[in-house]
Amino acid sequence: MDEQTVRSKLRTFILNDLIRDPQYELDDTEGIITEGMIDSFSLAQIGVFAEQEFNVYIPDPDLTVSKMDTLNQMVARIMRDIK
Amino acid sequence: MLTLSTRDKYLTLLDAVTLAQPESDRPAIIFVATDADPVHISRQQFSNAATEYAAALTKLNIAEGDLVIIAHTQNLESIYAFWGAMLIGAIPSMFPTLTEKLDPEIYMRDIGELVTKSAVKAILTTDSFAPTLAEWVSCPVYGSQTIKASNNTCEVLEYAQPMPSATAFLQHSSGTTGLQKGVALSHEAVLNQLAAYSDALKLNENDVIVSWLPLYHDMGLIAGFVQPLVQGVPLVLMSPFDWVRHPAMLLKAIRDYKTTLCWLPNFAYNHLARTVRQRDSEGIDLSSIRAFINCSEPVRDDSHRLFAERFAINGITLKQLTVSYAMAENTFAVTQSAIDSETKVDLVDRQGLQNNLTASVATDVEKGEKVVSCGKPIHGTMVRVVNDNGQALGERQVGEIMVKSNCMLTNYYHRDDLQPFDEDGWYKTGDKGYLADGEVYIVGRSKDLIINAGKNVYPQDIEAIVNSVAGVHPGRAVAFGVPDEREGTELIAVVAEADVSDAAARKQLTQAIRQQVGRQSDITLSFVTLVNKGWLIKTSSGKIARGKNREKWLAERQAQ
Repeated sequence: MDEQTVRSKLRTFILNDLIRDPQYELDDTEGIITEGMIDSFSLAQIGVFAEQEFNVYIPDPDLTVSKMDTLNQMVARIMRDIK
Repeated sequence: MLTLSTRDKYLTLLDAVTLAQPESDRPAIIFVATDADPVHISRQQFSNAATEYAAALTKLNIAEGDLVIIAHTQNLESIYAFWGAMLIGAIPSMFPTLTEKLDPEIYMRDIGELVTKSAVKAILTTDSFAPTLAEWVSCPVYGSQTIKASNNTCEVLEYAQPMPSATAFLQHSSGTTGLQKGVALSHEAVLNQLAAYSDALKLNENDVIVSWLPLYHDMGLIAGFVQPLVQGVPLVLMSPFDWVRHPAMLLKAIRDYKTTLCWLPNFAYNHLARTVRQRDSEGIDLSSIRAFINCSEPVRDDSHRLFAERFAINGITLKQLTVSYAMAENTFAVTQSAIDSETKVDLVDRQGLQNNLTASVATDVEKGEKVVSCGKPIHGTMVRVVNDNGQALGERQVGEIMVKSNCMLTNYYHRDDLQPFDEDGWYKTGDKGYLADGEVYIVGRSKDLIINAGKNVYPQDIEAIVNSVAGVHPGRAVAFGVPDEREGTELIAVVAEADVSDAAARKQLTQAIRQQVGRQSDITLSFVTLVNKGWLIKTSSGKIARGKNREKWLAERQAQ
């Protein structure tokens, strides 16, 4: 899967399931958790989504606010391990 | 152990088993974390650390009856500080910590206000935070290093001998409205609660409690902290921040320490079932758990079933999923459903419930609504249901739940304006429910409170924040709860009237609302809807009608 597809799928998931506002114009570098758009609870949901959708297992120590706060960070982490 | 039959051997919380029998092999606390090795604290180590704290506090002129706020991140230090303060008869209170989302200035201003109103004697916190906080409050703030440094002599410390009726500690409710409401609990009230609760739980020498719950919340403070230390039951503890991001760590802790009891708010059942990845739960045996206890927010049968189905392969059955109805004002538990048997689920006629009159058994499943039993009142606690005029109602009649017990709060600390009891000593809970076969069922609330992930949220607090955001028409915002089946809790929605001309302005304002609410209250909004002027429904007296606006919002959403 290419980066663009990963980004687009992840963006759709975040908008529909986490921010719950499909119209929201999410920037790639926006701090989604630190800016209060989603809860840190959602990190666990992103972990599940990455595994189910991209077959990428992100270990717990990498599921932190500082490592997974922006769309760019999440995409980069998934692309690192995607097959 | 403290049981109903040994109750008279315990005068105060200083008789805690963990302190009284330090030579035991059973650990006091095991602290686990994602990124570090577990820390094992023996009873002796716990006792020494608490005593050191007590000696240091004495040197710092903290004495019997002084209120001490503990504003640490959840860690062992905060636990030693809490017991150290109790050992000298001071009154400790755990306070929520500053999170990355909260605005530090607002957090410190709130603490500053509490310090003035409640005459706080000192604040204990981390070294890094102490100097900053000290600028905001009128009492001394001590970091851990100051505490250590002040205790450099080996004088023998004299423990306090508080009266059983003396206040042991305060439990502060979170949220801005609740900030100044410190629930004062006496030694005897807490001991009465723990004795009665141990009976309901069939607590025994082999139990091990596991908890990720925050220590400033009644469930974490009593069930997941004071109880294990008083009872001498090992506590496996983790940080709530660590757990919500890494839910599987709870399952690993259950496996590694064969824990037997675990308290969870309803959302946690959904969170675990939905977000623990298969490979993280593979092969983990959860059958050591005698009871998961669902508490602090409305219990959903669906959540229990989802959880039992997801973890059936790990040894979970519905029999392990029990319920407690609890509140800080009763120290903790009011009821507990039976241990070792499946919790009752009542199917009641929806129409009757909606009219708030009766909860008659539904004959037609389609017209029925599932209500999960909270079980029977624990020993020493009485429950009754009353109508709006305060008259007692009968079996299956829906009304407000009232509680009277031997483990109630003494008062709201330094709040003479708030009288918790009626003239006969009953406490009005604000919850609506009914009694059937001696068991308590909760169906709603008589106040506009939202319970999100076990945390009480007052809509008026959120509305006040939203109204202060530039771009929102002042006084034209409403907040309400939306029950969410998938998350297993109430999500929080805000509807605000604003003039936004384009998508960019809309985004900016939506973001600002979410940000401000997060920064000022540490609450995450799930839905923010901007509407045109005139959308909101007001009552004839000009107030924003929360219920009506909620209905309108839900209807529009459904139509989309």
